[in-house]
Amino acid sequence: MDYLFNDEQKMVKELAHKIAEEKIRPVAAIYDQTQDYPWEIIKVIADAGLFGLFIPEDYGGMSVGVLNLCIATEEMSRACGGIAVCYAASALGTFPIVLFGNEEQKKKYLPDLASGKKVAAFAVTEPEAGSDASAIKTTAKKEGEHYVLNGLKHFITNGGDAETYVVIAMTDKNKGARGASAFIVEKGMPGFTFGKKEDKFGIRASSTSELIFTDCKVPKENLLSREGMGFIVTMKTFDMSRPGVAAQAVGIAQGALELAVKYAKERHQFGKAISSFQGIQWMIADMATEVEASRALVYAAARMVDAGIKDVGKESAMAKMYASDTAMKVTVDALQIFGGYGYMKDYPIEKYVRDAKITQIYEGTNQIQRNIIALEIIKELAK
Amino acid sequence: MNIIVCIKQVPETTEVRINPETNTLIREGVKAIINPFDMYAIEEALRLKEKFGGKTTVITMGPPQAEAAIREAISLGIDEGILLCDRAFAGSDTWATSYTLSGAIKKIGAFDLILCGKQASDGDTAQVGPGISTHLDIPQVTYVKKIEEAKEKIMRVERLMEEGYEIIEIPLPALLTVVKEINEPRLPSLRGMMRAKSAQIITWGQKDLNLDPQQIGLCGSPTQVVKIFTPPQRTGGQILTGEITEIADQLVDLLKSEAH
Repeated sequence: MDYLFNDEQKMVKELAHKIAEEKIRPVAAIYDQTQDYPWEIIKVIADAGLFGLFIPEDYGGMSVGVLNLCIATEEMSRACGGIAVCYAASALGTFPIVLFGNEEQKKKYLPDLASGKKVAAFAVTEPEAGSDASAIKTTAKKEGEHYVLNGLKHFITNGGDAETYVVIAMTDKNKGARGASAFIVEKGMPGFTFGKKEDKFGIRASSTSELIFTDCKVPKENLLSREGMGFIVTMKTFDMSRPGVAAQAVGIAQGALELAVKYAKERHQFGKAISSFQGIQWMIADMATEVEASRALVYAAARMVDAGIKDVGKESAMAKMYASDTAMKVTVDALQIFGGYGYMKDYPIEKYVRDAKITQIYEGTNQIQRNIIALEIIKELAK
Repeated sequence: MNIIVCIKQVPETTEVRINPETNTLIREGVKAIINPFDMYAIEEALRLKEKFGGKTTVITMGPPQAEAAIREAISLGIDEGILLCDRAFAGSDTWATSYTLSGAIKKIGAFDLILCGKQASDGDTAQVGPGISTHLDIPQVTYVKKIEEAKEKIMRVERLMEEGYEIIEIPLPALLTVVKEINEPRLPSLRGMMRAKSAQIITWGQKDLNLDPQQIGLCGSPTQVVKIFTPPQRTGGQILTGEITEIADQLVDLLKSEAH
């Protein structure tokens, strides 16, 4: 399908495709096994200038928007969903500063994130606060020129490897959701350490770690927006970033589909290529159509974000939910086409199943996405 | 340090098919790329520029579509590109090509270094680089695998040999041809690709360069391609067996009786 890309978008696609095929694909299985952070690839992506796509030009970025971020994430996810999420998670950690940072904060943090010299992370989730983000226990208490943070964040993508973190903490516990605030915390600030690094089912090239705050002193200038804006920051950030996760899902699904079709043409049973059997052909047709439908939804949501449309919560939730459910289905079917070989680690396809699963879970489980979509529709129809 | 890189656009495949009737390359459906060895020359030029500053220029001689090779070089970070394009240049062999390129380099004027890939993946002659240095009367080192040291007026390089390498010092300006061991070429950057798209490509023809018409194009080419053919595959062969001294005797006898 032709999405009528402009020249920039075509270039981003071409460049990300090149990175995926020449740099990422050859090492994807190695990182999946070792769980090392893929710094060599991060440097390639940084040198290519892809970290700054959605960051304003005044702060070293390219100002070419979220659709371009989606295109880059999708292309790289075709080769490895784990490496691509290191890239996408940095965008997730950068969005709050782009959206809510003041001039000083933007000037201080964005140029290094745009150049890829540093990567970012966004820290909301806690052991007791997953889908229920209002249960956050990490506190931030103002003491003179600082906020003092105490608490634990976990499952933080890029945790330990990122230099710049946006952390959500409660400045006023009595106010519930309205008592949360967002802070920019730098690696190395006193009282900020890292705990357990998770051993994951998929996206194993990415790091997922605990962040521990023990009387961590954060300068008061590092408060994003105002006290009490933490949840608004979180929701608006996710509205921006969800098309990116959705694009990751599209890329994983597309990558699995391509591998399955290639295999179906090579694999012979009953004297002919299995791609000549209608049973396989119908699977391929369904998989390809669903991937295309996901892609269309993701690009449409991303274009809405880029057009500056204010409320994109529903559309970006739809894109994330549909694309990730599709990725799960398509990768499982792709493995089915590989048959017994697909179940073995000697073949690349089982990794796609493992990588796809997380896209239904993180940045809001698909059940939460359905809540967002349904509530929005009910609200719209009540008008 | 001002560096000129000479590049060539070649068909992507290493298995170029030949039309058996016309004995020419079948170019249809084959993507055109920068000669892979030239990518190392471009990379080395960019690294030297990052270290010493200056300007990098690529030159290529070819049809109008060779402009794509220049734009790709610019997307990698090369500052400027010059396309030598003229019907009068068509049919050039390595002599005429190196003469034409050297004419363009003379027109550019001041430079410190010329870099070329060791050879083109289509013709495989490895003659154009050395040809340019001869026409310009500057020193050359072929098969460079490392630039050990670069100063304003002198460079020390390692030249790859079949066994080991030579260390050579040369005064600048000079010409080097490079092998793939020298570096790992980078990918383009998005900014580079954007710049490449809108970059002005300078195009020079015969009248810009004012070359001797007897030394350019087909008529300036001493090499004439008379025939291209696939040599018949060797068949047979003979394996000698027995004790080593017996084999030696058999071999000597065979060489005496069979070899001409």
